[in-house]
Amino acid sequence: MEEVKEIISMPRIGDQAPAFEAMTTMGPIKFPEDFKGQWVVFFSHPADFTPVCSTEFLAFAQMNNEFAKRNVQLLGLSIDSVFSHIAWAMNLKEKTGIEIPFPIIADADGRVAKLYGMLHPGESSSATVRAVFIIDPNGKIRAIIYYPLSAGRNMKEILRLIDALQTADKHGVATPANWVPEPQVWEFTEENTKVIVPPPTNYEEAVNRFKQGYECIDWYFCKKKLS
Amino acid sequence: MPAGCISPDGKLSERAIEFLKLLNEKGKISASEVAELTKRPLFQVRNSLRELTEAGFIALEGEEYSLTEKGRSTLL
Repeated sequence: MEEVKEIISMPRIGDQAPAFEAMTTMGPIKFPEDFKGQWVVFFSHPADFTPVCSTEFLAFAQMNNEFAKRNVQLLGLSIDSVFSHIAWAMNLKEKTGIEIPFPIIADADGRVAKLYGMLHPGESSSATVRAVFIIDPNGKIRAIIYYPLSAGRNMKEILRLIDALQTADKHGVATPANWVPEPQVWEFTEENTKVIVPPPTNYEEAVNRFKQGYECIDWYFCKKKLS
Repeated sequence: MPAGCISPDGKLSERAIEFLKLLNEKGKISASEVAELTKRPLFQVRNSLRELTEAGFIALEGEEYSLTEKGRSTLL
């Protein structure tokens, strides 16, 4: 019998960003039309209420002003409902005081994730990997980054990449390894050395999670120092 | 696709009313100007203005939006 394989769409650097319509936490969007004239950092995360994704969203939220200064709109996505996204964003705000100031696409049927090649079946058949698409004001894909489910991204590197692309466009130059627009120190503190404790997988574990001596923001979101 | 600023039964959201009032005050105005004056993200403003245009509350001429008769009567 002939094997039937699904063809996965994988947009590449230099392609026009595939168009789609979707519902987000900030209302419906028509992409890329509604974002014309702006840079877009379009990123996927595996799922709501998961700890690594929570750290990424909080980090993106805290750097939103830096992205906005560069005419960049952040746009998130995961294979979850809009109600799940809202509940998660509310939970993060309640527990940390940090508001998520960018829209999150509710891609419950995975339609947009498939369009952008954000599902990597070897990693997970149902959760999107940590993909980042940097799309320029003309709707062209200028950079793509993929991270696995287990490793959170470095948001300062994403900002550095935006600076590099905008500098290349403005001055007709290329940027070397470790280039930065001005001398700076990327400060990593004690907090950056902590790791995520895999979240509980049943109710009993969730109830007991707070008694285990971890640093917990909520039952699903705990960190520890490696000994 | 669920509606963004007009409910399925035709009721306008607070955001829609805010935009109609601004257009009533300014006459003609671009999406970028609406975003700047309302402090709302541009993508959200564009999507809402498109929805209001398709529903006949406002009209687009060039890059600028203005109220239609239907939009004006909604504010009365």
